[in-house]
Amino acid sequence: MSRDMYRQRILDHYRDPQNYGTIDDPDVTYEDVNPSCGDEIQMYAVVDENDEIQDVKFDGQGCAISQASASLLTEEVKGMTLDEVRQLETDDIKEMLGIELSPVRVKCAVLGLKVLEGGIVEYEKEN
Amino acid sequence: MSVEKASPYNVDEVRDDFPVLNRTVDGEKLVYLDNAATSQKPQSVIDAVSEFYEEYNANVHRGLHTLSQEASEAYENAHDRVAEFIGADGRENVVFTSNTTEGVNAVAFGWGMHHVDEGDNIVLTQMEHHSSLVPWQQVAQANDAELRFLKVDEGVVEEGEVEEKIDEDTAAVSVVHMSNVFGTVTPVKDIIDRAHEHGARVLVDGAQSVPHMPVDVGEMNADFFVTSGHKMCGPTGSGVLYGKTEAFHETQPYQYGGEMIKLVEYEEATWTDLPWRFEAGTPNIAQGIGLAAAVDYLEDLGMEKIHEHEREVTRHALEMMEDDDEVTVYGPSSDHENRGGVISFNVSDAHAHDTSELLSDEGVATRSGHHCAQPLMREMGVPATTRASFYLYNTYEEAEALVEGIETVKEVFA
Repeated sequence: MSRDMYRQRILDHYRDPQNYGTIDDPDVTYEDVNPSCGDEIQMYAVVDENDEIQDVKFDGQGCAISQASASLLTEEVKGMTLDEVRQLETDDIKEMLGIELSPVRVKCAVLGLKVLEGGIVEYEKEN
Repeated sequence: MSVEKASPYNVDEVRDDFPVLNRTVDGEKLVYLDNAATSQKPQSVIDAVSEFYEEYNANVHRGLHTLSQEASEAYENAHDRVAEFIGADGRENVVFTSNTTEGVNAVAFGWGMHHVDEGDNIVLTQMEHHSSLVPWQQVAQANDAELRFLKVDEGVVEEGEVEEKIDEDTAAVSVVHMSNVFGTVTPVKDIIDRAHEHGARVLVDGAQSVPHMPVDVGEMNADFFVTSGHKMCGPTGSGVLYGKTEAFHETQPYQYGGEMIKLVEYEEATWTDLPWRFEAGTPNIAQGIGLAAAVDYLEDLGMEKIHEHEREVTRHALEMMEDDDEVTVYGPSSDHENRGGVISFNVSDAHAHDTSELLSDEGVATRSGHHCAQPLMREMGVPATTRASFYLYNTYEEAEALVEGIETVKEVFA
């Protein structure tokens, strides 16, 4: 039953996402959409001289899974180095969410990570 | 509820014709409400396709052996069957495509690229499917033409738009017949008359109309008309491009190769007769034959009756949904005369994607997203909707199952 997906923690993060908003003049910024369902996420991050993420925010709109996983992701990556973030995989996101996901919903769940990693690739190209 | 749960035919018997409707989904009875995406197939269509492969599978048109002759006859006759069904003069006006999208591309690239000039305009509605919007964008960009959009309000083309937007510089008009988002019907006759007064050619996208209501392309006076076979009980890989003979004579093939030529020399070639010049390569033979079987099935049931049945079942669902403050229904209200079997909606603050997933738990198959109409969704100010779309085999009980499923969504997102 996919109803199990909508555990309280997911719904809490959907309704009241953590680190929701924008950062002026971020080091890392990127956006992407999930064209099949229209989920949109922008990520913004501030990086210190050791390539550690000092601050991170996201905004956008979409389904509970995409928004909750972006919210959980921002909590997770604060303090991580860019290399550490780039090593995160789909399974890590599933673990953060703590639920089983159908293949279609995996795309929603990893959108935030995909966006953040896209931003890091751009950042590293420029620096 | 004031609805009398009647139908112009025996729905239980009809359902027995569709094997897949007997299946369950995670222990729940399947309630298939994703018909605007693709319809289910009756046994007669499945049999027609199987029979082709089991008994006379061969390539068409030029074979002299028995199987090829049988296959050619069945495939070519399928064109006659479809021509009769949609009100075309004959098989020369009916090209089989893989889907509606291919039909629009054939017109945009085969006709549009050669007849829309710099400074001309192309008129569409705001609620075109991406498949009838994006090809015309390519024409407009390549030929420096202007794209104009008839404004729609809740799925209905606004008053005065047709007169304002279609003018002497209009070269092409391409309009959706029945909206895949709202189920509303566009006044194609008025649009076509206006376009013809200004010498423009008109393409009508009938992907959602032909499966659900009687359509006569001749009476409508469309220059081109496209539809899809798989949404009307036919196999996937079947679609139809209709063209008036004179419009087809203005159209270049957009695919070249075998089956579409008359004489080939090393440097050049000439094209064979209509409609085959627009069917390059080995066509979807089994699908074309299956489509003719689908047409037989629909005609046996009667398009008027199908339309009436769907409207009543949809209205039953709509009336229940309109009574619910937590459900937003897009498009005109249930008493609107031009409302077909499509309901786009959202439930409280649940995203459409989540709604659709929770409905699936109850066995209710819907679709969520932008329904290939991203600009329209932006216009409506919503990122996505859930869409329930009904067909000839859906029941009043299934309309109620949808509404019960919505209750579950409300509970989860309470």
